[in-house]
Amino acid sequence: MYGRKVKFRFVFILSIITILILSVFLILKSLEENVVYFQSPSEIKAIGELERKKIRVGGMVKKNSISVEKKEVKFIITDFKNEINVTYSGVVPNLFSEGKGVVAEGYLKDRNFFLATKILAKHDENYMPPEVKAALEDK
Amino acid sequence: MASLIGLYSLYFGVASSFLIILFSIINLKNNKKIDRKIYNLTFLQLFFVVISFIGLIFSFINSDFSNQTVFNHSHTTKPLFYKISGTWGNHEGSLLLWLLVLTLFIYLFCANSKNQPKNYRIITILIQEIIIIGFFIFVIKTSNPFNYIFPIPQEGLGLNPILQDPALAIHPPILYIGYVGSSIIFSSALAAVSTSYISKEWAKHIKYWVLLSWIFLTLGILLGSIWAYYELGWGGFWFWDPVENVSLMPWLALTTLIHCILVLERKFILSSWAVVLSIATFTLSMSGTFLVRSGVLNSVHTFANDPERGIFILIFLFSLIFLSLFIFFFFHKSEKKNDFSFYWLSKETSILINNWFMMYFLSVVLIGTVYPIFLDVLSSEKISVGPPFYHKLIIPFLVPFLFAMAIGPKLKWIKSDLENKFYLILFFIISFVLSFFIIKNLDINFLTYTVLIGSAFFLFFITVRDFFMKNSSNLSQKIAHLGFSLLILSILFNNIFSKEIITNLKVGETFMSNNFKISFENIEQFNESNFRVIKGKFRIENSNGKTDFLNPELRIYDQPNIVTSEADIKTNLFLDKFMTMNYVQNQEYFNIRYQIKPFMIWIWFSVILISFGGLISFIKKKI
Repeated sequence: MYGRKVKFRFVFILSIITILILSVFLILKSLEENVVYFQSPSEIKAIGELERKKIRVGGMVKKNSISVEKKEVKFIITDFKNEINVTYSGVVPNLFSEGKGVVAEGYLKDRNFFLATKILAKHDENYMPPEVKAALEDK
Repeated sequence: MASLIGLYSLYFGVASSFLIILFSIINLKNNKKIDRKIYNLTFLQLFFVVISFIGLIFSFINSDFSNQTVFNHSHTTKPLFYKISGTWGNHEGSLLLWLLVLTLFIYLFCANSKNQPKNYRIITILIQEIIIIGFFIFVIKTSNPFNYIFPIPQEGLGLNPILQDPALAIHPPILYIGYVGSSIIFSSALAAVSTSYISKEWAKHIKYWVLLSWIFLTLGILLGSIWAYYELGWGGFWFWDPVENVSLMPWLALTTLIHCILVLERKFILSSWAVVLSIATFTLSMSGTFLVRSGVLNSVHTFANDPERGIFILIFLFSLIFLSLFIFFFFHKSEKKNDFSFYWLSKETSILINNWFMMYFLSVVLIGTVYPIFLDVLSSEKISVGPPFYHKLIIPFLVPFLFAMAIGPKLKWIKSDLENKFYLILFFIISFVLSFFIIKNLDINFLTYTVLIGSAFFLFFITVRDFFMKNSSNLSQKIAHLGFSLLILSILFNNIFSKEIITNLKVGETFMSNNFKISFENIEQFNESNFRVIKGKFRIENSNGKTDFLNPELRIYDQPNIVTSEADIKTNLFLDKFMTMNYVQNQEYFNIRYQIKPFMIWIWFSVILISFGGLISFIKKKI
């Protein structure tokens, strides 16, 4: 029969492989669950079935669309083709203003209303998030 | 003038690199000793890069707008301190800093490795010089900090205001010493492989460099994190932002390497693994630079999107990886007496377990960071991976990790058993009972938190007990592990006990909740040298009758025209009161955020403790 050492090594390698497969599986599984997709207002108009999943919407803040109330901030994100109404209660980043790019994260109520849980801060006034740029160029 | 000197010393710098390579190759064949010329040239090369760097600093101080970098990133009204720190607060300058650290390290290496074999040293110098030349070309070709513009503009464009901050002024140099310092580990590992010098002596010698870059990387990440806490106004310390991840990955690799080197130093096993880790560390630093500089990632650090730069770093990165794989596969001889005599309960095994965990954490972070980029390239689908992904995958594994960390250091080398199990069980019970009582009355996920806090307490108590035991043989390890247990505890408590209120208020209005009453009393406006301040005065009445006054600010910079918010933070030993105020265009309302963040100061303190552990080990080696 095989020596104790060989047996030990066999178990050792087998357990490494099991652990590896297990962790890869785990990582991929939770990646699938926790990924947030980015969509432009036009893409949202086109989707067939609404899912209750977190997404990001990006585009420009429409001119004269921001209104602030005690509990929430409302504004419209547009890609100059379609637009979507956003309701948000939370911290507004400093560079959030009309006519500038914005990315909002949250849930769709329907094809026209979006409930944002987070608005992403941008740190440079000339900098446009690549997603927004792409969404605007697509039109 | 200063720019011109800077530019020419860059050229002299490249020339000296080529000379070093030439002399090293000649020296490799003949002679028993290293040619003095090589020492002198590495010094000269460092000197030229320093001159070039000083030249750039002077251009910034004098607001010499004929220099394009200065024009793009400086302004006459900027305070002197930020004129200087603006030197490395931009793409071109930060690459010059990168070069400075590279040449500094090879010089230090030459000076501090006199008792190492000659060929090993020369090959280290050679490989390091290849990296240096690569970066010289990168700087000169694609991101020259001394480009001339004509006609000379009257005024510069200014530095992004959120970078005008003391913590962020010193963050890049410290981080870079850690980041770029790993290049010497890379070069030395490859040199050691190709001269068959992977040995206990090598491990002893390289440990010193690993510790050095690890200490600085730890502090650099800490500074960035502190900055993000108070400047970005989100009141958190880690956001799993790709740029943060990019600095965390080399840190994880370095931490693994430190533990692995410890084994190698004692027992001469795991040698191939140590080499792989050394290569991985620098590769991760390089890919980090690629991701940050190429504009692939979307973050604070993305200065400009110049595809040429990205492609250059990518090609350079791949050739380095190719070179290292080549050397590794063709020259590496695995241990001669390949005994896999890992007894299941021994220090080696526990360090190996640490290595596995670290590799798992590393791959989680790597996949989370890189996956969105790949998906974008492959299917042009835009996604982002948020904190839930990392939390879900990392937190469950923290529990066994913490236990291994508590018990591992108590084991002996080669073969061990746990004598005196009694106190381990005692501490185990105490920790879990304690965490049970802390969590009992709170409305949170009971099981998860009890287990997490319990295991963190376990590590904490075990390491604290060790301090009082008479054999304080490994002080640095105890301090570092104590720091880690404190870090986990503070993060957990911070998470559990944080409170947050977000509301929109007009001047004069009051917000009421069960615990607080926040009154927005008035605002005050005044001018500073390069920005205008709007200061809000808030009065917060707590339910226990105490009153706090907090004055968050908005700073409106003229050049560039950006608004930043300065959080007002009241810190004491146990909690931070944190308030930010934002203003929404053309609206009367201000967006107010008030947070109570317990144990923030302990988070910072424990990270300092961790790096202090490294420092002690570093100093001990020196003496």
